[in-house]
Order: sequence, then C-alpha cells, then structure tokens
Amino acid sequence: MHALRGRALFFVPALALLAVFVVYPVVNTVWLSFFTSEGEFALLENYAEVLSQPEMFDPRGFARGFPYGALVHNVMWIVIHLPLTASLGLVLAVILREIRGGAVVKSIIFLGMVTPMVVGGVILRFLFDGNVGILPSLLSLVGLPRRTLTAYPDTALFSLIIGSLWLWTPFSMILYSAGLETIPDYVYEAAVIDGASATRAFFSITVPMLRPVTGVVITMTFLWVLKIFDIVYVATMGGPGGASNVLALQMYMYAFREFNANSAAVVATFLMLVALVVSIPTFRSVRGEQP
Amino acid sequence: MKGTSVFARKKSSTMALCVAAGVAALIWLIPFLGVFMASIRPLSEISRGWWRFDQFSPTLRNYVGAWNHPAAPLGKGMLNSLRVAVPATILPLVIASVAAYGFARFRFRLRDLLFMGIVALMTLPQQMIAVPIYRIMRGLGAVDSYTGLVLVHAAWGLPWIMYFMRNYFTTVPIEVEEAAKVDGASDLRVFLQIVMPMSLPAVASAAVLQFMWVWSDFFLALILLYSPDKLLATQRVPLLRGVYHVDWGVLSAGSVIVMAVPIVVFALMQRYYIRGMVGWTSK
Repeated sequence: MHALRGRALFFVPALALLAVFVVYPVVNTVWLSFFTSEGEFALLENYAEVLSQPEMFDPRGFARGFPYGALVHNVMWIVIHLPLTASLGLVLAVILREIRGGAVVKSIIFLGMVTPMVVGGVILRFLFDGNVGILPSLLSLVGLPRRTLTAYPDTALFSLIIGSLWLWTPFSMILYSAGLETIPDYVYEAAVIDGASATRAFFSITVPMLRPVTGVVITMTFLWVLKIFDIVYVATMGGPGGASNVLALQMYMYAFREFNANSAAVVATFLMLVALVVSIPTFRSVRGEQP
Repeated sequence: MKGTSVFARKKSSTMALCVAAGVAALIWLIPFLGVFMASIRPLSEISRGWWRFDQFSPTLRNYVGAWNHPAAPLGKGMLNSLRVAVPATILPLVIASVAAYGFARFRFRLRDLLFMGIVALMTLPQQMIAVPIYRIMRGLGAVDSYTGLVLVHAAWGLPWIMYFMRNYFTTVPIEVEEAAKVDGASDLRVFLQIVMPMSLPAVASAAVLQFMWVWSDFFLALILLYSPDKLLATQRVPLLRGVYHVDWGVLSAGSVIVMAVPIVVFALMQRYYIRGMVGWTSK
C-alpha cells in the first residue's frame, strides 16, 4: 500500500499542471463557445453565427477578389502548402543524399526550421518589400510592377503562403532524410539487377516505402498551417483589409482586441476539432505500438 | 553503397543534381543573407539594394541601436527571454520525466487510456487555452509575471515530453531495474540512480527542443506579458520597426540577435535536436 502511494506521486505534479493549465481551459473554452457575445446560451447556433461573419467567410470575395475570410484563406493555405511541402521535402532529401556536400546544403536549408517564426515574419516582410526586397526587384526585371507584395490584397496571402513553404520545407526534408536511411540498400540493388532505372526506382520503391513518413509529414504540416499566427502577425497583421487574415489571428483579434471571448472560443474550438480529426490516423499508429 | 547511388549514372545527370542542389541552397540562403546584410549596413546602402556592393561600409551601429533601442531595448528582452526559457525548460522536463517513467513501468487500470488522452493534448492549438489562461492568471495575480508564463509553458510542454520520454524509457532494458528492486531499492531510487543516467541523450533532445520552442514562442508571451520592461525578445522584434518608416537596419539587426540563440543551440546540439525531431514525430 505504501509503495502504491509512492507510485501515485510520480503522476501528481504532471497531472495537476495539466488539469489546471490545459484541461480546465479547454473545457472552459468549449463552454464559452456555446454562448453568444450577449451572454445567451445558443449552443451550435453560435457557431453558425460566428463562422458566417464576413471576417470568417466572405462570399463577396468570389466576385471581387480578396478578402475571402479567414476560413477560406486557411483552406487555400493548406491546399497550396501541403502538396508542395511534401514533394519538395522528398525531392530535396533524395537529391541531397546523392551528391557530395549535400549535408552542407541541408544545414543551410535547416536554418529556416530553427528560426523563431517572429523573425521569419520579418525576413519575409523584408524579402517582399518593394523598396529594399530582392524579390520585387527581380520581378521588375521581367517587367512586373515593383511593389511591396505583402501590401496588396491580390498578392499578400500568396506571398505569405510561399514564405511559409520556405520556412517549413526543412521539416519535411529532415523527416524524409531520416526515412530514406531506413530503406535497405538491397532493395535498390535488386532493382538494378532487374534493370530498373533510377526514376522508376524512385516512384516504385522510394515513394511507396516512405508512405508512413508522408503520413506524418502531411499531418504535422496540416496542424502547423492550421495554427499559423506569428508570421502573419508580424508581416501583414492580416491585412491589407483582411486579405491575409487567418483563423488563429482572427481568434486573437476577437479575444484580445475586441474582448469578445465567446466568438474567440468558437474559432478556437473549431481549430481544435479540425486538428483532432486530422490527427486521428497518427493516434492509431501510436496505439498500434503500445507495448 | 548507399541508397540509389547503386544506379549507374551519366555525368550529365550528376551535374543536373548538383545544379538543383545549388539552386535550393541559394533559395534558402538569400533571404537570410539579405537580412544579415541589411543588419550590417547603413540604411542609405540598404535602400539601394543589399545585393549591390559598389559601396560597402559595414557597421555595427544597427546592432547597438537594436540592443539599446529607446522603445524596446532588445538587450533587456534577451535577458527576459532567458529568465523565462531556462525555468520553462527545466521544470517540465523534470515533471514529465518522472510521470513518463510511471507510464512506462507501472501497471494500473486505465493506464493506456490516460496516456492516450495526454498524447491527444499534443494536437491542441494554443488558442484553445488563451482566454481561460488569461483569466486564471488574472485571478491569481500572475498576469504580466514570468512565473505565470513559465507555468503555462511547463504545462504546455508536458504532453510531448511525456510522450517522448516514455517512448525512450520503454527501450531501456528492464533487467537492471528488476535486479535493483530485488536488492530493495525504491521506485524513486531506481528511477534517479539507474534509469535517468541511462536516459541523458533523450533528456538532452527534449531539453533542446523545449528550450527552442519557449525561446521562439510569441503567442503565449503576447497574451500574458504587457509591461514594456517585461516584454520578451520575440515581442520586441516587431516593435523595432520604427514609427514613420521601417528602420530596416535596426529591425534586421534585432532579428539576427534573436535568431542567433536557437542557431547556436542548434549548431552545438544538432545531433540531439534532429533525433528529438525525428523520434518525436515518427517513433
């Protein structure tokens, strides 16, 4: 009995901290999300109300252009970012494994991963600046107007998406690099004996054997893009005119600029539910390896 | 032999691979190089393009300007960030390791379910705790204090550190522990004197990742700290941009200073960082 009580003590500090600073706040946020900002209990009607606000979803955007609302912007971000980050990361991992000096290039690329995202936002803002940035300067060489790309509604969001791709691809590259090490050499040697080309081997061996890694890359990237905040806050503050607004930023605006905790709770709970659904396949694999 | 290098390859395709790698290196280097160049040159040269070198007068003035900035001195911010990041790394690491050992070795009802629940917390967005955390801290009188922020960071880091450490502990051979138990050692002694010394590489990985995340955090600091003299380094960076026009020199210098810490930690602890990254996501 004494030993049992001793064993319980292993868990007490962790569970207490989690209960007070994570679990209770989560339950509280869900509860808050059921009330309108006037304090009426509305359950799911509040979700319909908040998610149809123009800052969340603006159907006029489809006739006029940006902004489309944070919800649509997040969807666009994910649709553009996911396939590119996965394919770029895989191709880079394969190429850099093949050539001499690949490790050096990997370290350079990895800089993006260890950069605080606030600094990432500054770097992107600088990169896209019409006066001092190199990208608008290069674009003006091919006859496009030289302007601050993050300051115009039609280019602000796309600039940030490209920038986030630049900051995040190191992550998928590192995971794929580690995955490549787990493919045994004899598989490739057998392919050579069978007369397969390197391209053929890439599509018939490398890609299928890395499928579990791709699953992790897709899940982690989805979660990262879904919660994207810092670089938008620093580079555009969601502007101009909401053209690069995203859900996490809108949640912050509701909660700490408009002091509307209920609308903020709706956005937060929505983010959480999407994150949970996306992570389910990964959970399955966690449970699969329980000892 | 390694990987696809077993394939006979034409010289031209090796060349193509090298060119592709070179282009990738340039794409990833240029934005960093730009900010670095802007940080060591006067504004007059930056506005003509940091990539022009017909006039080149390197200076440290921007760094001094950022460090002692009148509105948001970054020197103070760096100190503040350390005062948060160090305890917010050690505290969760200790608490999570102890609990993770329990989850790895003790058998009790609902253990796996409880652990799954904790793992599920890893997917939460920080937005989900923001408003109640602010209210709790206000209730405790801990808004605008480092203690409050450290506690939140500690709690927030627990799920993934527990997950990571438990996975590691399950790979530690159990025979030594059982022998010690037979000799009458308590659970705590077994953990502290046998398991922890064997787990130092995993502890290092977890510490590096947690430190970098706390250092880079912006959102939690943004909602919990607001006094000008208490702001962390990441909060001060956006304040360096100037009021009427963007002071790119000072802003860039500030960015380089804030970024230097994780880069140095990464350079020194690369092995542990990457193992932590890969082990945590795919193990």
